[in-house]
Amino acid sequence: MQQLKWQIGTVAEKIKETDVAYSIGIQLPEWTRHKAGQQVDVRLTAEDGYQAQRSYSIASPPEDKRVWLTVERLEDGEVSTYLTDELRVGDLLELRGPIGGYFIWNGNGNEANAPLFLVAGGSGVVPLMAMIRHRAKNGIKTPAKLLYSAKTPDDIIYRDELDSLQKTGDGFEVIYALTREQPENWTGYKRRIDRSMLEETIYKPAEKPDIFLCGPTPLVESVADLLQQSGHAPDKIKTERFGPTGG
Amino acid sequence: MINADDLRLDGNAVGGLLGEIFGREMSTVRVVCAGCAAVKPIAALMVHRHGMGTILRCEGCDEMIMCITLIYGKYRLSCSGLYALELNAETH
Repeated sequence: MQQLKWQIGTVAEKIKETDVAYSIGIQLPEWTRHKAGQQVDVRLTAEDGYQAQRSYSIASPPEDKRVWLTVERLEDGEVSTYLTDELRVGDLLELRGPIGGYFIWNGNGNEANAPLFLVAGGSGVVPLMAMIRHRAKNGIKTPAKLLYSAKTPDDIIYRDELDSLQKTGDGFEVIYALTREQPENWTGYKRRIDRSMLEETIYKPAEKPDIFLCGPTPLVESVADLLQQSGHAPDKIKTERFGPTGG
Repeated sequence: MINADDLRLDGNAVGGLLGEIFGREMSTVRVVCAGCAAVKPIAALMVHRHGMGTILRCEGCDEMIMCITLIYGKYRLSCSGLYALELNAETH
């Protein structure tokens, strides 16, 4: 990998995804093509020199010219509140990346032959969305499922895009679990992800799915444990945790 | 109430920091824990980040694999719980 260098990007677009999540499209002077699932470090510097730094997953596929981050506003988060509330199109943003070689899916080689099973909790969907978009952009036929847990229907990020990707009939399926509030006539799950939900949705261990889990730490760890108990090999289960605060 | 353990991150979150220090992609580098001999990629270690620094712990036995602090422009890595690092030569 090339030496990671901090660089200054320009905010080219900003889109409201939910009440608390925004997607930010950034134009960068030097960008090495990233892999789906990778992240960047964002650094903010105050006038007095104080710096705060956080990691954010890349939401866009490698094929996009711009790098898109989707940032969820965390109460009292010193970086996320700035990115969601204050940052405007045309502003400059300091970042470095792409970063990470573990939580990535390229969709080629052995990965092209194994179904893809993705589990998201809340904004943990962001790096998984890069994988889903990469799969769609390249016409990769590997079957893929996303099991996505959110509190309410309004908290689902990328819902229109996920639903329309499912309708293309190319082997992608999205399954929602709404834990706190469901609309009338809701046919999806109405509870947290548990053993029976996983067994109903995931591919059989014999199909050797590639599994990626991203979300709050308790969700990721409980799902990883349940999947191992169900016979999925630990080395096929990749995890990325984020704490509920700290952003 | 939020349990302190719920605030843990994992080694994916320190890929940038370790990349800066080691000059290469580090999240897939495997560590051998001095406490329990488990072999895991750095991405799968538990990470606690505070103002004081960053601590990487073994998920299995809680051994402190690495503690990284930045003091007066110098990174200091304490690795009392690190028995070995395994790096792929061809990725250099």
